[in-house]
Amino acid sequence: MKNFLEKAYLAVIFIFLYLPIAALIVLSFNESKYMSTWGGFSLKWYEDLFSSQIIMSALQNTLIIALVSASIATLIGTAACLGISSMKKLPRTIVMGITNIPMLNADIVTGISLMLCFLAFGVTLSMKTVILAHITFNIPYVILSVMPRIKQLEPSTYEAALDLGASPAYAFVKVVLPDIMPGILSGFLLAFTMSLDDFIITHFTKGAGINTISTLVYSELRKGIKPTLYALSALVFTAVLILLVIMNLPKGKGKKQESLL
Amino acid sequence: MRKQLAAGPYLIWMIGFTVIPLILIVYYGLTDASGAFTLNNVLAIMQPTRMNALFRSLKLSLICTAICLLLAYPLAMILKKMSHGGRSGLLIFIFILPMWMNFLLRTMAWQVILSRTGLINTLLSVLGLPPAKLINTNGAIVFGMVYNYLPFMVLPLYNVMVKISDDVIEAAHDLGAGWLQTFVHIILPLSVPGIISGITMVFVPALTTFVISDVLGGGMILLIGNVIEQEFTFTANWNLGSGLSLILMIFILISMFLIAKYDKEGNGTAF
Amino acid sequence: MQEPLIRLRNISKSFDGSVVLDDLNLDIKENEFVTLLGPSGCGKTTTLRILGGFTKPDSGQVFFDGEDITNLPPNKRQLNTVFQKYALFPHMNIEENIAFGLKIKGKSRDYIRDKIRYALKLVNLDGYEKRDVTSLSGGQQQRIAIARAIVNEPRVLLLDEPLGALDLKLRQDMQYELIRLKNELGITFVYVTHDQEESLTMSDTIVVMNQGYIQQMGTPQNIYNEPENAFVADFIGDSNIIDGIMIKDLLVEICGCRIPCVDSGFGTDQPVDVVIRPEDVELSTDPSNGFLSGRVTSLIFKGVHYEMEVMAGGFEWLVQSTLCYPVGSEVGIQVKPENIQIMKKPESADEKAVSADA
Repeated sequence: MKNFLEKAYLAVIFIFLYLPIAALIVLSFNESKYMSTWGGFSLKWYEDLFSSQIIMSALQNTLIIALVSASIATLIGTAACLGISSMKKLPRTIVMGITNIPMLNADIVTGISLMLCFLAFGVTLSMKTVILAHITFNIPYVILSVMPRIKQLEPSTYEAALDLGASPAYAFVKVVLPDIMPGILSGFLLAFTMSLDDFIITHFTKGAGINTISTLVYSELRKGIKPTLYALSALVFTAVLILLVIMNLPKGKGKKQESLL
Repeated sequence: MRKQLAAGPYLIWMIGFTVIPLILIVYYGLTDASGAFTLNNVLAIMQPTRMNALFRSLKLSLICTAICLLLAYPLAMILKKMSHGGRSGLLIFIFILPMWMNFLLRTMAWQVILSRTGLINTLLSVLGLPPAKLINTNGAIVFGMVYNYLPFMVLPLYNVMVKISDDVIEAAHDLGAGWLQTFVHIILPLSVPGIISGITMVFVPALTTFVISDVLGGGMILLIGNVIEQEFTFTANWNLGSGLSLILMIFILISMFLIAKYDKEGNGTAF
Repeated sequence: MQEPLIRLRNISKSFDGSVVLDDLNLDIKENEFVTLLGPSGCGKTTTLRILGGFTKPDSGQVFFDGEDITNLPPNKRQLNTVFQKYALFPHMNIEENIAFGLKIKGKSRDYIRDKIRYALKLVNLDGYEKRDVTSLSGGQQQRIAIARAIVNEPRVLLLDEPLGALDLKLRQDMQYELIRLKNELGITFVYVTHDQEESLTMSDTIVVMNQGYIQQMGTPQNIYNEPENAFVADFIGDSNIIDGIMIKDLLVEICGCRIPCVDSGFGTDQPVDVVIRPEDVELSTDPSNGFLSGRVTSLIFKGVHYEMEVMAGGFEWLVQSTLCYPVGSEVGIQVKPENIQIMKKPESADEKAVSADA
């Protein structure tokens, strides 16, 4: 009985979480423009989607921003982890405290503060400023993914490599890096996904005429929902699903892993 | 010493793009257009529309946080129980997945369901019932908030739950505690860090959102986030916008303080 | 004959299709120190968890003081457990930990305070009331776990490898401590361990388990001196287990030599296992002195004695002696009849598996 109640509870929450998504996906195949009538199966909203110049350029922008910001954040973040891990306790606490700011801060405050900063120093808002902003909020996620790996690192393996005649650089590349690689990889993917998902910070730091998927949807929604957005949702959901499956696949190694979830 | 330099670029970045921008908000918030010190931007919150927006934000975000906690706590307990069977990885995955789908598209989905000609009203008319006013209400906004932020509550709770060792729970039973006593004396106090993290992780974005109220409130229900956003995008009054943001930052600082105090292991941010 | 306090009847339990306990029967008398001894996976911890009420048997019954408690939840049982990893409540201080069970039972403040003081004195930690659990060492945490259990005045204390996480010296100290506690409290202890030395030191009764079966049950002397099968002989202490043939009562043949023994009732010309403890093998420098002669192949100094391996009669004998016989020396081997233990060869497939495992 108790077991049944638990399963039922899981099912209710599951429906709550997935019903809206399922509705979007079903509507994306609806021939009719109106959500209240089913006009038969159709792929025409997908055709519309792919032929829409505006949506395609927004998609391109989104991907470029995510890719560039995640890459740079991964580089800076990983290096930071190596540095932070060899710091003494006090500076390490301070630095990790600063790291937490963008994560705990409200997005609207982060967005506004960055916008003020760019404009105050005479930087015109553009796609570059968006990328800078995304790198800023992405680095903490990389640090969060890489840091546990570094803490788990067996210092003796690096020392063993040196003992066996490896140069520090060689030992780092051959011994340390492979060990923390899963953390770096998941940090990158996490940053990539966070960047794809962001609206608020992009909203404040983007220049006129530049749109990401999020900002495009926001302005479209004020005019009313177009069925192409259903098709877009279905595609985004599928893409995120694939991305997350990849992210969670290399669990098989049996190591205690710092899951992204 | 050389190794610590690797953190150099990061530190420069964080100072340039996190610390200085935050200082700028404080600067703009406490000065007028000519650069003279003033508290007017902060005191501007006293104006009735803004005050209403702030109170509405507080009310809705508190309701949302309470609902999330009530929904997520049993969920986290069930997930912990299932983690013995080794199935929880997939289950957690399922319950977190929607969180990663684009925030705006997720919110849009509820517009589709709740709107005047949306799915629920279509269903009602099929059943011969009068349409209900669902969209553009406080309820719709709370619904959207809960939907978007529920995973932020589930994760920290689940993270602390799995750390409560079964031994400890069995020890409580062994010493005569029934289910309820074990829950009150053992599970609840041990999950406090997760509860605190979850509350702040939900409360802060819910309090400061302007998107959910825009999309599900039809631009007619103003939250404090909408007020601030408009100061920047429409009226372009940076000083006033910053001043109002400072008020938000008070709440954020309280949250950070609570997390630092209760969640030393970082359960809330571990996702 | 005293009625046993605990009776386990026909207990079976399997996890995911693998059998952990198979039709187990066990009686535990009041005021006994019973040790369940065996290698990991032998079912000893499962037996303890069934007693505590944390695991339900698939079939069979548990009787406590004549009452069937098979389906009674742990919080309703008059037994308390000391967990392997202590399982102290991390958010409570020591006083609160110990008071937990008493508060649940609704005891008065004064009663609880007195009990805590008494229990802490008993485990030699007086004055630790307000300390934080995490500030204690492993040994101290274990004492608190014991104090937390005994304040509830259980009739039986279940201990699941309580010394497993402690280092050797501390473990030995705690062994004496536990014996003292047992005597002072006058209650039944059921103790689970895989450490044969620990079980020999502390127990009134040892239950040797393997693969879900009870292999032998008896006093420590009984188990050590008269192991009933090769598994027990091998698990308890070191031993030489040699294939032999029981020629007739009181005469056994090993390594081609017929020697007198004190066992009988095996029939004639029956294959048997012969167990001889290493300290019971007597060597002499005269190779002709004894029923076998051989050559010392290794010699290790162990502190209280020397340990040697002697190749004789096609068998490598393990020998412990206070005298030193250098490697290469020719020696004669002698064993007193009463030190020769004869055991039946295992018959069933299960028993074979047992001895093969050993």
